[in-house]
Amino acid sequence: MLITELKPRETIASLADGKKVFIINCHGCKEVHFPEKEAAELQKELSADGNVTGIITTDYICNPENMVLRLQKHMSEIEAADAVLIFSCGVGVQTVAEFLEEKRVCACCDTYRLPGFQGVTPLEHDCGQCGECYLNLTGGICPITACSKSLVNGQCGGSKNGKCEVDSEMDCGWERIYRRLEKIGRLDVLKCPTQIRNYATDDEVAK
Amino acid sequence: MKITELFERGEFVVSAEVGPPKGCHIEHLLEEAKTYLKDVTAVNVTDNQSSVMRLGSLATCKALKDEGLTPIFQLTCRDRNRIALQSDLLSAAMFGIENLLLLTGDHTKMGDHPQAKPVFDLDSVSLIHTVKMLEEGKDLGGNDLVGEPPKFAKGAVVSPCSDSLDAQLAKMERKVAAGVDYFQTQAVFEPEKFIKFMEKAKQFGKPVQLGVVIPKSVGMARFMNNNVAGIHVPDEMLEELKKDKEKTKAGITGVEITARIIKECRPYCQGVHIMALGWESKIPGLLKLAEI
Repeated sequence: MLITELKPRETIASLADGKKVFIINCHGCKEVHFPEKEAAELQKELSADGNVTGIITTDYICNPENMVLRLQKHMSEIEAADAVLIFSCGVGVQTVAEFLEEKRVCACCDTYRLPGFQGVTPLEHDCGQCGECYLNLTGGICPITACSKSLVNGQCGGSKNGKCEVDSEMDCGWERIYRRLEKIGRLDVLKCPTQIRNYATDDEVAK
Repeated sequence: MKITELFERGEFVVSAEVGPPKGCHIEHLLEEAKTYLKDVTAVNVTDNQSSVMRLGSLATCKALKDEGLTPIFQLTCRDRNRIALQSDLLSAAMFGIENLLLLTGDHTKMGDHPQAKPVFDLDSVSLIHTVKMLEEGKDLGGNDLVGEPPKFAKGAVVSPCSDSLDAQLAKMERKVAAGVDYFQTQAVFEPEKFIKFMEKAKQFGKPVQLGVVIPKSVGMARFMNNNVAGIHVPDEMLEELKKDKEKTKAGITGVEITARIIKECRPYCQGVHIMALGWESKIPGLLKLAEI
């Protein structure tokens, strides 16, 4: 089971940053808690200045076939947008980012783990449910699950021919991240401040 | 002595690497270091290199320092969380160890305890940031240190012949932004790639030591080609190592190749870091042949 929580309002505002955005909500699997009301309020605010090209609410955007079917009906609105804002768990963001490979795809939620039953997601991508989603700094490819060492500040020296030295079948996550950022013209995000993970899950110390 | 002082004076800084033994006896390592590394400016001590459990880097650094050598304390993020890393850094400062090489570290799966939990609480970049904070009198939790803060020469690594050079340069830039003072490189066998790399890396304005490994045999070179990221021994070097077996076995060919690489790259970098991997006895001859 997992919980999605909205990222801070100013973070989401900075993602939109006066640009045109298309918004996707995922009300997904029933095991997931989704902050529906808060998300709707925030999106209403974002829409007020006329920069939202469209909003859809769907389920299971983590399922690539379902996601493609849903998105295809809105491709003109997506194309009109500079970025796509996703309100879902980390798997949903990664699935959309892979499909819209030349579009900036942003995570608007952090995903937290909740002990107990695990949501049923087709595991093409994985979400570490780490509570501080890095997908906006990594082009929608998760460094926690796509890198053997879960590195958050860039590639280690162990990539050979684009593969991870721990597992020769596995692509180097940071090589993928670099290529993706290059493709969407956002290599500048690699110049972000040093990232230090926060492993505290208790509310009192996590923030 | 901090090796950054030498870079500032414009010296070509030579360092060599030693690997602590798998055991608690260090006499042999000290004897070899005193005999063969006396003309080397500083001695790196590896930290459970290749994720193989060994005698500790910090203890070995202290023993080398007591013998009058200048150690560089290698510290990886694989085996310690942020508390243990900072504690070891303070311990190093207490021993008067002033030079650091800060690395992420190989994954535990690469070594002799593949069942171990890989820590990676921090990585090379956030570890550099942490050292910088300690130098400013705070720990990573924001708490004040008692007394005069430690001061280190902070080194990091980069892989100039990597097939992901763009991603490596981006990481290098993050290390610079985090406050690193100098770089040592992964072993270079392709000087032309290194020179191209340096053209891009010089924008960061940090001293770079060329990394070299003395190739011991054609088998070792092929092994590195197949297994070690960022290292490629070109075909003509493999041929050279194959040609005269006796000469190769005696170490002459490997030393000749390494000296050639150093001479070719020297105008483009600020020092050399020699990883002899047990062939420390070849280092004095190598330095002579490379005209250092």
